[in-house]
Amino acid sequence: MTERRPVSDWATDWDHTDPAWIENPFPIWDDLRKRCPIAHSERFEDGAHFPSRYADVREIAYDTEHFSSRRVIVRQKKFNPVMPSPPITSDPPEHRPARMPLLPAFNPKAIENLTPGTRALCNRLIDGFLAKGKCDAAIDYAQHIPTRVIANLLGMDEEDGDRYRRWIKMALEEGIHDNDKVMQSLKEMTLYFGEELKKRGSTPGDDLISFMRDQRVDGQPLPTDRLIGTLRLLLIAGIDTTWSAIGASLWHLATHDDDRRRLVADPSLMDTAVEEFLRAYAPVTMAREVVKDVKINGCPMKPGSMVLLSFPAANRDPEMFPDADKVVIDRKENRHAAFGLGIHRCVGSNLARMELRVALEEWLKRIPEFRLEPRARVTWSEGTVRGPRQLPVVFSA
Amino acid sequence: MAERISLKVHVEAERCQGHNRCYSIAPELFEIDELGNSRARGDGTVPAALEEKARLAVMNCPEHAVRLTQKA
Repeated sequence: MTERRPVSDWATDWDHTDPAWIENPFPIWDDLRKRCPIAHSERFEDGAHFPSRYADVREIAYDTEHFSSRRVIVRQKKFNPVMPSPPITSDPPEHRPARMPLLPAFNPKAIENLTPGTRALCNRLIDGFLAKGKCDAAIDYAQHIPTRVIANLLGMDEEDGDRYRRWIKMALEEGIHDNDKVMQSLKEMTLYFGEELKKRGSTPGDDLISFMRDQRVDGQPLPTDRLIGTLRLLLIAGIDTTWSAIGASLWHLATHDDDRRRLVADPSLMDTAVEEFLRAYAPVTMAREVVKDVKINGCPMKPGSMVLLSFPAANRDPEMFPDADKVVIDRKENRHAAFGLGIHRCVGSNLARMELRVALEEWLKRIPEFRLEPRARVTWSEGTVRGPRQLPVVFSA
Repeated sequence: MAERISLKVHVEAERCQGHNRCYSIAPELFEIDELGNSRARGDGTVPAALEEKARLAVMNCPEHAVRLTQKA
């Protein structure tokens, strides 16, 4: 981890990679919402804003005229040239045609077909550690579920998870302060997908790599750099996001006996519980680049500056959610923004929900009683995606 | 004799972004197209037994795309 100068004032010098933010960002956001709802920081090239209110996050997410998605990560130094990963980095009018082909692969029917396999996978993982009476719920369980599911979907080697996760860590965590890591990760992924495409040639196949290869726009195949950009996105977006959601939910259940026992006793609460975990522990923070002068909530924003678009902070806004700081597993009204708002709604949201739900259901069926291992350390990822990376728990076998 | 005022659900297509929250709450009232966008089943009429689910679908749409109206 890079040594960073301590934060002097979160309102004027915020840093989402500061250890205090990584460990427990919620009090920081609560404080900012009260005294400076759009904070600023010069730690990032050209300056960056941090809106902490739901209403402001929503307004920015809907405003594609003043805010571009061409950069979706706030980095210390901007990464140039921008590396497109359509459709997440696309603005209108290119956004819609880039997004459309992906949608059928993630609609509810398509995801339902993946459910039995995911359930079996969760049980195989549990078989591996149940008798030991302990495991690391992030390392031995959560991280493998989305990795294997998305690798399968793309038609990639399921056993190569360590490699995929390393690319993601380089691109999304280490890459915030070190552009060489981003470059290295992009290069390796580009090479990898190039090989995968070469391997397939023009042989028909039902995996997502073949499916994207076969897309035609005006009768023409997608240009290779765009095709590979989308494949990189599918791999990156599908892994540490859901891994984080599963891990954070298990962390909550390990530390809140009342919620865990209630959910075990009444599995019909799972629908609302899953949405509440997604609200309270939304893993994904995006970004926008200001492209035209604009004022949000009275705060002027200049072209070139970045906005940290924190759906997790929006989800904790008490103006929008009563008892926003409490996890209420039977919350009735819950318009959370964990999967974004507006045209960039996470394409994989149905897949992520299914994986989270199935991972919790299978775990609780077989491990209804568990807690954090005493004196063990829980560590959280930093920056763009928040979730536990070490989560040692004990249970009676 | 008091007559029940019947309700109708409606999904505003231009607001729906395919979160599918309404569908997961009330698959009896909503259907999802190939691209993952939602629309009301049939003419959207809500049977009395599903009124609570219809209200929940409205309350959980992140895009405020689901509307509940009184049937004329």
